[in-house]
Amino acid sequence: MSALLEVKSVTKKFGGLTANKDISFTVQEKEILSVIGPNGAGKSTLFKMISSFLRTTSGEVLFKGERISNLAPHIVARRGVVRTFQETTIFKSMTVRENVVIAHHLRSKTNLLGFYVGSRRAHTDETEFRRSADEILEFLNLSEISGELASTLPQGHLRALGIAIGLATDPKILLLDEPFAGMNHDETMRTVELVSGVRDRGVTVLLVEHDMPAVMKISDRIVVLNFGEKIAEGTPQQIQQNEQVIEAYLGSEDDSIGL
Amino acid sequence: MIFFIGVFVLVPWLIEMSGRWDYYYTLTSVALLSIASAGVWLTFYIGRINIGQGAYALAGGYLSAVLVTQYEVSFWLTIPLAGLFCAVLSMLIGLPILRLKGVYFAMITLVLTEVAKLTALALPITNGAKGIVSIPLPGELSVFGMTIIPDFSTLENVKLAFYYLAVTLMVICFAGMYRLVNSRMGHLCRSLQQNEELASSIGVNITTLRITAYAISSFLGGVGGSIFVAISQSIYPTSFQVADSINFMLNVFVGGLGYVFGPMLGTVVIYFGWDLLFQTGKFQLLIYSSILILLMLTVPNGLLSLRLFKWNKEKK
Repeated sequence: MSALLEVKSVTKKFGGLTANKDISFTVQEKEILSVIGPNGAGKSTLFKMISSFLRTTSGEVLFKGERISNLAPHIVARRGVVRTFQETTIFKSMTVRENVVIAHHLRSKTNLLGFYVGSRRAHTDETEFRRSADEILEFLNLSEISGELASTLPQGHLRALGIAIGLATDPKILLLDEPFAGMNHDETMRTVELVSGVRDRGVTVLLVEHDMPAVMKISDRIVVLNFGEKIAEGTPQQIQQNEQVIEAYLGSEDDSIGL
Repeated sequence: MIFFIGVFVLVPWLIEMSGRWDYYYTLTSVALLSIASAGVWLTFYIGRINIGQGAYALAGGYLSAVLVTQYEVSFWLTIPLAGLFCAVLSMLIGLPILRLKGVYFAMITLVLTEVAKLTALALPITNGAKGIVSIPLPGELSVFGMTIIPDFSTLENVKLAFYYLAVTLMVICFAGMYRLVNSRMGHLCRSLQQNEELASSIGVNITTLRITAYAISSFLGGVGGSIFVAISQSIYPTSFQVADSINFMLNVFVGGLGYVFGPMLGTVVIYFGWDLLFQTGKFQLLIYSSILILLMLTVPNGLLSLRLFKWNKEKK
């Protein structure tokens, strides 16, 4: 099986600080891969470079063999590599449904002029978008609140909405930015199920996360970063027994990595 | 429909009855200013504060004036040309400055009006501070020998003709804007206004969309400016100043940022409000600004939000 996404010796320097140093790993099709690490390990930087929100200092990211690093974010999104944000990044003054409908933009085959004059294709597109938006909302259990203003939603729903927006773009690989941050146990378990569901739809998932129990439960494979370098890669079982990883998480605080 | 009858039949009839011919000029100005304000509104809609519409109105005005007086181009042709000229100009200017956000973008656009004025003063073709005067009235517009609009200088009531011209363009402009806002482009503009990062992550080419919106905005500014020149038959570097740019913005604020027809209502209210306060003499500016501050505090979403609020209540 060839890799869907390939991170090849990516390095990022901010002035004198090296945030990511020579990081390489691959993501296979239809797997859930988590990138974990203590605070300041460089997870977010790596995440932003994969989605082209940051430029790499050296190294490259390949998607289906083509370079996607250092392009404009919307071009990367068009190729099928779509990121989500943490909860505050949604279209606040739109309803939940409008958020998801607008996120279908990528799937549109009609240009903006077509929509302006109201061509027939634009019309079928719009109808299709609305149908598909409702399907996604149903899938993420958001149907009941589809008419609510996004700014009024509680955190758990916001996170699900973020995933819904991501799904609406019809991604090949969805990059999730700390999907479980700030959630209690129940909310986390529900979101874990959602993310597994996303994978079952045929979407590969790469997530960056703090919450160890959730990561151990959900991931097929895990990449561990510490001080900007990759220190381990493997299945959850392998990672749990990795000496270096335990040490990185202060060694003594075993329960913080779910041991 | 009521609106159409209102502006095309009722208003001329009322003016006929009252004999206040000067109102034609006032209303024509309002119509033209509201076209330029509609442009400003669109830049607000993508989340940018635009205080530079005066620059494009001036540029459009000069282009029309120069073409008509020196190259004898038909005035009718100069209207779209002025718009296109401003649109192209704004693309060049917009490419670097649209990367800025919030108050930084606002500051630059504020400077634009001043730059436009200084340019007009310096260039030989604009005739410096003396401006361009005695511009002929619009000539005949005919397509395939058929006269669509007669020569304005042969008309006995030029004011009425200009009124119809301005109002027609205003209607076309706002119909176009309404369509735009309710089409996909409008939705995308809204997504841009609310969160540019998220918009680009769902595949929106934010640079192109921003520049398109700004170009449309400037197009409207140029169109408004070119007709103004035809009415006053003259243009000076001071025809559109920073104060005018700010007024365009105020029109939008007062009318309501969230409503397409906001700029139209805002222009009417501000223009007539200012004139009504003329009675108060030296207190005019004081009262005017106090009322504006009060409006901003009490109806931050513009006057149109009031009407919608009431309407919602009745429905319940």
